[in-house]
Parts: sequence; C-alpha cells; structure tokens
Amino acid sequence: MNWKILVRAAALAAGLAACGAQAMPSLADKLPKSAKGTADHGKFKELQKVFKSGPEVTRACLACHTDAARQVQHTRHWTWEVVDPKTGQKLGKKNIINNFCTTTVSNEKDCMACHAGYGWQDKGFDFAREESVDCLICHDSTGTYRKLPGDAGHPVYERKEFPAGSGKFVEAVDLAKVAQKVAMPSRANCGSCHFFGAGGDGTKHGDLDSSLKQPGKHLDVHMDAKGLNFSCVACHKTVDHQVSGSRYEFAASRHGPPTPRGKYDEEPASCQACHGDKPHRENPLLMDRLNVHTDKLACQTCHIPEYARNSIGTEKVWDWSTATTMGADGKPAVVKDSAGRRAFDSKKGNFAWDSFLTPEYRWFNGKVSFKVIGDKIDPSGVVEINHPEGSAVEPAARIWPFKVHRGKQAYDPELKNLLVVHTAGEDHTALWHNFDWPKAIETGMQTAGLPWSGKYDFVATEMSWPITHMVAPKGDAVACAQCHQDEGRLKGIDGIYLPGRDRNGLIDTIGWIVMALTLLGVLIHGGARVCVLCRKPRSPQ
Amino acid sequence: MNTTPTRRGYIFLYKRYERFWHWSQAALIVFMLITGFEIHGSYRIFGFQRAADYHTYTAWTLLVLWAFTIFWQFTTGEWKQYIPTLEKVGAMIRYYIYGIFTNAPHPFRKTTVKKHNPLQRLAYLALLSAVSPIIWGSGLFYLFYAYWKNWGIDGWLSLEAVALTHTAGAFMMLTFFFVHVYLTTTGHTPFAHIKTMITGWEEEERH
Repeated sequence: MNWKILVRAAALAAGLAACGAQAMPSLADKLPKSAKGTADHGKFKELQKVFKSGPEVTRACLACHTDAARQVQHTRHWTWEVVDPKTGQKLGKKNIINNFCTTTVSNEKDCMACHAGYGWQDKGFDFAREESVDCLICHDSTGTYRKLPGDAGHPVYERKEFPAGSGKFVEAVDLAKVAQKVAMPSRANCGSCHFFGAGGDGTKHGDLDSSLKQPGKHLDVHMDAKGLNFSCVACHKTVDHQVSGSRYEFAASRHGPPTPRGKYDEEPASCQACHGDKPHRENPLLMDRLNVHTDKLACQTCHIPEYARNSIGTEKVWDWSTATTMGADGKPAVVKDSAGRRAFDSKKGNFAWDSFLTPEYRWFNGKVSFKVIGDKIDPSGVVEINHPEGSAVEPAARIWPFKVHRGKQAYDPELKNLLVVHTAGEDHTALWHNFDWPKAIETGMQTAGLPWSGKYDFVATEMSWPITHMVAPKGDAVACAQCHQDEGRLKGIDGIYLPGRDRNGLIDTIGWIVMALTLLGVLIHGGARVCVLCRKPRSPQ
Repeated sequence: MNTTPTRRGYIFLYKRYERFWHWSQAALIVFMLITGFEIHGSYRIFGFQRAADYHTYTAWTLLVLWAFTIFWQFTTGEWKQYIPTLEKVGAMIRYYIYGIFTNAPHPFRKTTVKKHNPLQRLAYLALLSAVSPIIWGSGLFYLFYAYWKNWGIDGWLSLEAVALTHTAGAFMMLTFFFVHVYLTTTGHTPFAHIKTMITGWEEEERH
C-alpha cells in the first residue's frame, strides 16, 4: 500500500468523523463533469442539410428520439396549463392573469416566443402535432437560437430589425448548425425564457436574470461559474422532459435526511433534497439552535438576504393606468430611469425598478390561490392576483421570502373582474399599436369569450413570487439580529414567539417597576444610613 | 479532621472553594443577566447572536460549577447552612428597619456553623427553591427547544410561555442581585462583608 492511499484513507476517516452520519463525497465530485454525452450530433446525416423551419428540425430529431415530442407534450412547458388537483381550477400561463403583461389570451403571437413550440398564435393551435414541439429552445448550445415576440414561437428565419425601428438587427438562425450542436440544457437555455420573463432581463422574478449565466459565488453559491457551476437541471431534476420544481406544485417544506441526486426524491428541486432538514453543523452546546429554525423558516429566508443582487435589478411596479399617455409631442414616448431601465412607455404605463432588494416575508404552505381570467375581484382594496396560503399553525408552512410586484390593471367596474387586454399585434385594436383601451379590451374579452360591460377603470394589484435563486454564500446569510429585534425583517409575521422582537408588556412593566422600587428602597435605606452616620459618627469601640 | 486555619480576632468563615464558587457564580450570573436582557431586546451590547451564544455557554458553565458545588455541599455538610429558621427573623427585620440607624448591635453573630443570618437563610432558600427553578426550568426548556418534538411536548408547551416564565425569573434574579449587593454594605464597615467574602476571614465583633 503506498503512502498516498494511507493519507487519503486518513483524510477520509477524518472527514467521516467530522461529517457524522451525513458524510458523503463532495457534491462537485458527484455531478457530471460535462453534459456532452456520447453522440456527436454533427456527424448525423439527418442533420447535415439545410433546414427551412423549426418543425423541419423537430422532424429530424424525432427520427431518433421517437418519444421526445410526446414527452414534451405532457409538460407545462408545452401545455401552459396546470390543473389544480384539489379545486380543479385551471392554471398555467394559458389561464392566469399576471401582474406584468397580464394575459396571454389574444396576445399569443408575442407571448409564444417563450413557448416550447412552433405556431401557437390563437385558440386553433394543435397541441397534438409532434413536429410543433421546439427541441432547440432548450437544447441549443450555440447561443444563436432566438425566438422573438410576434412570430408565435418560430425562431428568426430571416434577418430582421428588432425592436422595430431600433436600428438593431437579429440575424437569421442557422438551424443546421444549432441542430448539430444540441446539448443538455444549460443555464443559458432555461434563462432564454426564465431570465427574461415579462419582457425584459430580470423583469419578473427578481431572483432570475441573465447575470446567472456566468455568476460569481457571491451571487449564487451553487451556480458559481468558477465553482460548483450547477446547471438549472442539477436541482430541477428532469425525467422524461418533466422538469421538477414548479411554482404550481411548490414544496414549502421538506423533512428528513438528504437524498443526493440519483436517488428517488419527491422534491428534488428543494434545498433539503441535498442538504436535509438539519443542514447546519453547530457547536453541540448550542443544542441545534440553528437547525430548529428549519421548523419555521424556509432555507431561502436566511440564505437569500437580498434578491436582484446586481445592476440588472428587477421590476417592482407596473402601473398600466398611465398607458396610452403620449409624450409632449403627442407621440408615443419611452422614458428610462437613471440606470437605463424602463420607467415609462406609452404602450405600457409606468414602471419602477430596483436592485439589491430585501424580500417581504409571509407564511407559505406551498399552495397559491390564483385569480384567473374571469374571476370576480373586490376592487375596494388591493387585488391579490395570487395569494400564497399558509399560517403559523400549519406544520407544512414556513416563512418564505417573496418578491411582491405591485401594479394597477384594467378591470370592469360593473362586472367586477380583471380585463383581458389585446396588447400585442399589428391590427388596429392592439393597444400597443393603436393606443385605444376600449378597442383593445373589446378584442381581448371577445377572444377570451367573456362579457364586458363597456366600462373600464384601474385597480391596484399585487403578485407574490417566492424567492429561491441567488443563494448567497453562508457568510452572507441573514444575521440573527436582522429578525430578532423590534423592527426586523419578520416584523409583520404572526403566530410565533420571536425572541428579541416579542415580549409580554405586563411582565416587563411589573418587572421594571419592581426593579425601580427596589432601587428606590435601597437608595432611601442607604441614604438614611449615610445621614445617620454623618450625624452620629460611630464611636471607636 | 478540622484543618481550619486560625487567626487572632478573626473567624475563618468561607473556605477557598466556597469563595471561588461564590465569585465565579456571581460573575456568571451577572453576565447572564447582561446577555439575557440583551436577548430580551432591552439594549444592545454584543449583538443578538453573540449575546445568545454567550448566554448559552455561560449557562453550561454555571451548570458545571453547580455540579461541583452540590458535590462540595454534600461532602462538607455545608448544605446545612441553608436550612431555614424563623429564630431571630423578627430581630433581623427590626435591625434593618430601625437598629441599623441607631447603631444597635447586629442581632446575629456569624459562626462557622451558622454563616448566614436568618433572613439570609430565608432569602437563599427562596432563591434556591423558587427563583432558580423558575429560571432554570424555563431556561433548560428554552435551550432544548429543538428537542421538544422528540420528547413529544411541542403540542402543549409554547415557546412564548417558556420565554415569558424565563423573563419573569430574570426580573426576580435582577431584584435579588441589587438587594444582595446593597446588603453587603451593612457590615460594621461598608466593605466588611465583601472583604470577608474575598479573604474568607470575618473580623470578630467586640462588644
């Protein structure tokens, strides 16, 4: 046996002793070094041809990957629809209203730039057609595959100016080249849609933006390009194209020991899947003081101290009520903020952006109730477009960090529902083309098959997004005193006794009064003694 | 075998371990009060995290100290010093209310077998049988909060109840501390008692 083995064995033994029962090789060793696989698609004859369209490429893919399209067609990346198993309510991008561009209905040509398919431009889209599945949006490794709003999910076939009138041009995609270089999805693939949700870099999520393509360790300890370099699917473990970890099936808490990748796990995209529910190694004298926090807090609550931790930032407010207001010259205007981010657009209204944001905290059990198209609202207050459910008494609920996006949206003051607005498109009723609310609403509601009273007004809305990416290195985690104080981050969280924040007024009042009386008594007694002594000095005995 | 040292005009009241115990306990309790009320949110000195860490480590230290002290009390028989008595309690109270101002003689003479005056005995007994159980009962539940689930008590015990009991106990201890410190000045000179507690030697009163 050579000495190196001995040293390694000793190191391993020491490591095992240190890690206890949770000992395992470093995670970086367990993850695949590359996602290249064993097939060089550049050598496949099927791909050595000129492709005129996306569906043509898909046909070639399906020649070998016979079940791929059918698999994708069972995912929400394709259906944009999720049915709540409990209520039967239909959710998913197809059905919900969001607080940004509002609805996809009547705006498919733009929205479907992020659909994993080709040609969804109206209700007539054939969801069973296999060659409409877009393989490349997720498997392009060249970074040249682009889909633009207005093309109903088709990639750029011909060089074109985008945005129109900007003087910037987007090159036509070389589909053969992209097809020959397919790979497992990287952060850039998922990010091509998820970083740009709501129409711009970082707009929607706040914890997802293009800075995560090559992040430093400070921004995300797992995706750190020079460190662990996790791809999205390292956590969002994917089987048969079903990507785990959806907002619609949210695991707010998960119990038990870690089950590292490769083993069955109900919630692979949770922190606990790899870290377990007792992840902190602590001084034994402190009796699991940090670990017991996992009973009440999501990991993210401490480990994502701020979101949008970069200059890209994220959108905090979208106020539609000022849309169609023209500039001083009577023409559509666009105003940027001091950081070059959108502040006003005649098409869309007012925006407010910011970076390095402290999340808002709420109890969350994983269930979110949504206002979908057609649902009644109460316009007297702020309309919660989605409401994270949960309270302190529910064992599965945890305190979660949220980005809360606030705004104003068009609603029907008589029928009391939010309105479907036909925003995108080149026709004369599209809001972004014609700047006419009634026409845009009429088309939108007609397309949705819903009645409209003919009146519209604007109502304050908000939408909550759980924050779960941009996990900071442990040294940057939220410090104890950030919550354990009167004016801390968890100020508004009820149902728990939080030392440092909570106390009983009666006990404190009585306690301090007793203390004050004691001191007063001592002062009087001592003072009296001093006076007596001064007058009658103790005679030497 | 009695190995108590002798010195003319003095009695040897507090043995070395006893003094070590008293002063280290005093320091630990004062530090626990300081860190405890910081955790409570009354002021900021160390910051919450360090205050909580220090409070916990000090608690463990105090428990170790007590383990030794209980052993010491039983092997030396000194525990008998804490048996309460009502004898001369009235005289003690009258002394503190009246006699102390008229230079009356102290109604109690300390001896090696009766180190504490009757009021002291009662006070220490109250500390031992009421304040300490309140603080330590609640404090240990507080400390072991992470294990409540394993013990099956998380259903009926609330952190709030434990924390508030602990706070109430802390106020009692704080009150005791101030009264105790004040009463140290009631010897034949203001620092006589403290001196005794440091050196172990008590000057014999001559009447």
